[in-house]
Amino acid sequence: MYETTYHRPSSVDEAAALFAKGKEAKYLAGGHTLLPVMKQRLASPSDVIDLGKIKDLVGIEMSGDALTIKAATTYFDILQSADAKKAIPAIVHLTSVLGDPQVRYRGTIGGSIANNDPAADFPAAVLALGATVKTNKRSIAGDGFFKGLFSTALEDGEIITAISFPIPARAGYSKMRHPASRFALTGVFVVKTKAGDVRVAATGASQNGVMRVPAVEAALKANWSAGALDNVTISTDGLLADIHGSSAYRANLIKVMAQRAVTAAG
Amino acid sequence: MGVEGIGASVVRKEDRRFITGRGRYVDDIKIVGLTHAHFVRSPHAHAKIKSIDIAAAKGMPGVVGVLTGQQIVDDKVGNLICGWAITSKDGTGMKMGAWPAMAPEIVRFAGQAVAVVIAETKNQARDAAEAVVVDYEELPVASDIRAAIKPGAPQLHPEAAGNVIYDWTIGEEAATDAAFKAAANVVSLDITNNRLVPNAMEPRAAIAEYNDAEEHFTLYTTSQNPHVARLVLSAFYNIAQEHKLRVVAPDVGGGFGSKIFIYPEEMVALWASKKVNRPVKWTGDRSEAFLTDAHGRDHLTKAEMAFDKDNKVTALRVKTYANLGAYMSLFSSSVPTYLYATLLSGQYNIPNIFAEVISVYTNTTPVDAYRGAGRPEASFVVERLMETAARQLKVDPAELRRKNFITTFPHQTPVIMAYDVGDFGASLDSAMKAIDYAGFPARKAKAKAEGKLRGIGISCYIEACGIAPSKAVGSLGAGVGLWESAEVRVNPVGTIEILTGSHSHGQGHETTFAQLVAGRLGIPISQVSIVHGDTDKVQFGMGTYGSRSAAVGMSAIFKAMEKVEAKAKKIAAHQLEASEADIVIENGEFKVTGTDKSIALPMVALAAYTAHNLPDGMEPGLKEGAFYDPTNFTFPAGAYICEIEVDSGTGKTSFVNFVAADDFGTLINPMIVEGQVHGGLAQGIGQALLEGAVYDSSGQLMTASFMDYTMPRADDLPSFKLSHTTTECPGNPLGVKGCGEAGAIGASAAVINAITDAIGNNKLEMPASPDRVWHAIHG
Ligand SMILES: Cc1cc2nc3c(=O)[nH]c(=O)nc-3n(C[C@H](O)[C@H](O)[C@H](O)COP(=O)(O)OP(=O)(O)OC[C@H]3O[C@@H](n4cnc5c(N)ncnc54)[C@H](O)[C@@H]3O)c2cc1C
Repeated sequence: MYETTYHRPSSVDEAAALFAKGKEAKYLAGGHTLLPVMKQRLASPSDVIDLGKIKDLVGIEMSGDALTIKAATTYFDILQSADAKKAIPAIVHLTSVLGDPQVRYRGTIGGSIANNDPAADFPAAVLALGATVKTNKRSIAGDGFFKGLFSTALEDGEIITAISFPIPARAGYSKMRHPASRFALTGVFVVKTKAGDVRVAATGASQNGVMRVPAVEAALKANWSAGALDNVTISTDGLLADIHGSSAYRANLIKVMAQRAVTAAG
Repeated sequence: MGVEGIGASVVRKEDRRFITGRGRYVDDIKIVGLTHAHFVRSPHAHAKIKSIDIAAAKGMPGVVGVLTGQQIVDDKVGNLICGWAITSKDGTGMKMGAWPAMAPEIVRFAGQAVAVVIAETKNQARDAAEAVVVDYEELPVASDIRAAIKPGAPQLHPEAAGNVIYDWTIGEEAATDAAFKAAANVVSLDITNNRLVPNAMEPRAAIAEYNDAEEHFTLYTTSQNPHVARLVLSAFYNIAQEHKLRVVAPDVGGGFGSKIFIYPEEMVALWASKKVNRPVKWTGDRSEAFLTDAHGRDHLTKAEMAFDKDNKVTALRVKTYANLGAYMSLFSSSVPTYLYATLLSGQYNIPNIFAEVISVYTNTTPVDAYRGAGRPEASFVVERLMETAARQLKVDPAELRRKNFITTFPHQTPVIMAYDVGDFGASLDSAMKAIDYAGFPARKAKAKAEGKLRGIGISCYIEACGIAPSKAVGSLGAGVGLWESAEVRVNPVGTIEILTGSHSHGQGHETTFAQLVAGRLGIPISQVSIVHGDTDKVQFGMGTYGSRSAAVGMSAIFKAMEKVEAKAKKIAAHQLEASEADIVIENGEFKVTGTDKSIALPMVALAAYTAHNLPDGMEPGLKEGAFYDPTNFTFPAGAYICEIEVDSGTGKTSFVNFVAADDFGTLINPMIVEGQVHGGLAQGIGQALLEGAVYDSSGQLMTASFMDYTMPRADDLPSFKLSHTTTECPGNPLGVKGCGEAGAIGASAAVINAITDAIGNNKLEMPASPDRVWHAIHG
């Protein structure tokens, strides 16, 4: 690790001000992505601004038709939340298969969304549920938030404050774990909205990160059942291929995981 | 034998220290004036070093020295050696290229060190290492066996034309060919034995301290065999003379073979400590471990088995290409030859065997012994062939094996080994019973009805352990003898220290070795300490690998104990005014049989050291040493059967059951044996399902971290069911065979046999990842 200056602001505004002052500042949440990269000397921020102790950034709220999870809330806290379990159990399930206990104690939903790893789990939930990403400046629709590998609609210094998930009629998540990293080799989040719309997002599969899967959405809209996907073919175009899975294998996983997610959603 | 003697599952003495964080590893050692080394490593797999500019690095804060490969050459530090000479079939010796500890001119694998920075702190060394400017001219790369043996392939070393190090054979070719011609059936397989990264929990580390007043070096290092390290460092590398070098291997966190070898980093630390005249420390990180710890396995094999019309095996023919990486590591040459092809008879009576092994250089990390070392590769070949044959011949795989088992002992195989004892049928029976083999077809049918693919796979392995009779290995090219030494020191108040040349880095010697002594004398193990891992304390020893510490190391202790007991009995007899022949040892006392006269061990010891009243002419003291050289290898063997289910939608394999029936001879501590088997099975299953080191065509290791290299985790593994069928080894006084490698040797074939049974085709390579299994099912 290179030398850096650590800050622990107590408010979002203070954090943003510190960021503006720093030469090459970085926000720190759970640190499970940022710190390993710093230890390997692949990142050398001048200032590290810890968001984890900002009270306004931690907590889970139910209000009307939405479940709102504040950005610095850890996966562990999501798993413990009765509100989350009641409102969107698929999110709790997703959290339970994310990483390992150590990762879940430290990692945060905001860090995951901001980082937008192409194999991360939460981007699938944000996209499929049509969540709104709230920042210190604005609200960003889930559909417009993810911009390919490790990039998002966030501007320099913009802080995610919360993610607001509309409560669906049904939702399910099914994940094939990457054998080594345990990220998603492919994970599929299926949603039937209260308005009867169907939204499906796949993570880990595409060269461009999390994506909607129109073929699956159309089939499920016509018939919300695992069997409805039996004859759907997923194109391998633009899918990832690496030593852990060919693009044909990942195309298959999109279908199989979608079927299992539908079964789980009920 | 007493409650803590041989056969008792005593809790491990060393665990209190490990579990409470009181272990003392190399990295924990603090020395005044310590400096820190960081290596500059080549990012290229093959390149010419045009220039190295160290000027900027030298001026960086805290830098004590910057040393390059050229300086190593200028100082006449010896090249790394390979300790086992293999002769090719044409009678020529092996074609070994030079391996300087840091590359002066050419780098041949990504991660090879070209320079080292020594600084006051670790971070300063790292900062300065980044300021070393190396100008490389990239050369074409051969990153695997196929690329290395292609006509026109990039040439790694001028000595090895076509990158071939040796082309070696064993067995009778003409007789084997004739048997194939006469065969009723022939089964053949192409087999890839995947390359593995050992990944010991503790990365390699070294602290070197030079005392210029005494011209004496001390090296603390993560070694499985500190005396061998001292021998090699002094005899071949011209850094220090043997009596001026102390090597200490304190607590070592796992080795699996990878810490047998003497590596460049440890050599450089030692050399640098004199150059900068400060103690130098290097602790590898996980990335360096991936890139520089010797990898394991990596074979391409064509194997054929011939059967007569009664399904008896008549011949086995094997041709293997072995990847030794960019340089020949210390025992690399022996692993795919004498540790591999000599086990190709498996548990079977095979009259004709012929094997050819061609070892090649590639632009990859050197490959050497890794848990099992050659024997897992052999076992995999034989057991995959047996299973495939059963399917092809449409007979039950258990019955085909049973029909071909060796049943009379001793048995001389056509490939050197003389099996001393065994009961292969008993192990197979035990495993079949444990897994309810007879009930499998019904279970498979039931699973099928539920849309699941279920399979069962057998693996009957044998290994040669207790390495090794010195004369035998010497005649085969080994540069060392493989005996072991021990010293038993009875202190004046009767407590005991055992000095052993074996080295414990997870095996539990502090407990098991004490059990032997405690059992013989009838004293608690708390009265016995085991001293190991320090060349200043233990006179000599060959270290721990090849499942040798019980069979060879403990046999040496046994011999030394006999001498101590004989002398103690003389003293006791003298003190008790009895005949020496009437003295028996019980519960820590020397008793005159048939009387109530006795003298306790502490009193005998005290008498030995006060020397006030010893038999005439007896030397004072109670301390004896022994060297033990085994007369033969030992042959642990067993049967593993696993039952698995494959999810055809994802290709993921899950275990229904895994049973292991092993014959390890006498068990010293069944609990520790169980732990050894569990660990070995995890590594064997890891090889079969999860682990695989992969290079791209430019020689970059794609699996250079745990994000891509799949280490087995607890939830990848089933709860194992173990059993033992024991035939005592006649070759050593304890009847032990060894248990350290069995799991890693036998497990992988059982797993692949089970998956191929489940999916109904044989086109599957290790690791059988979900992706590969899915493609095997769906094309
Ligand atoms: C061993 C391991 C296994 C893992 N397995 C999984 C897995 O299975 N699935 C999965 O999805 N992930 C997995 N992860 C990643 C884990 O979820 C990370 O913790 C997560 O990606 C980042 O969250 P964090 O809170 O740790 O963020 P940090 O590492 O602290 O930050 C990550 C990035 O986000 C930025 N950032 C953080 N918070 C905010 C904010 N509020 N506003 C703006 N920018 C912000 C930071 O500046 C940084 O660039 C794994 C990680 C590890 C180490």
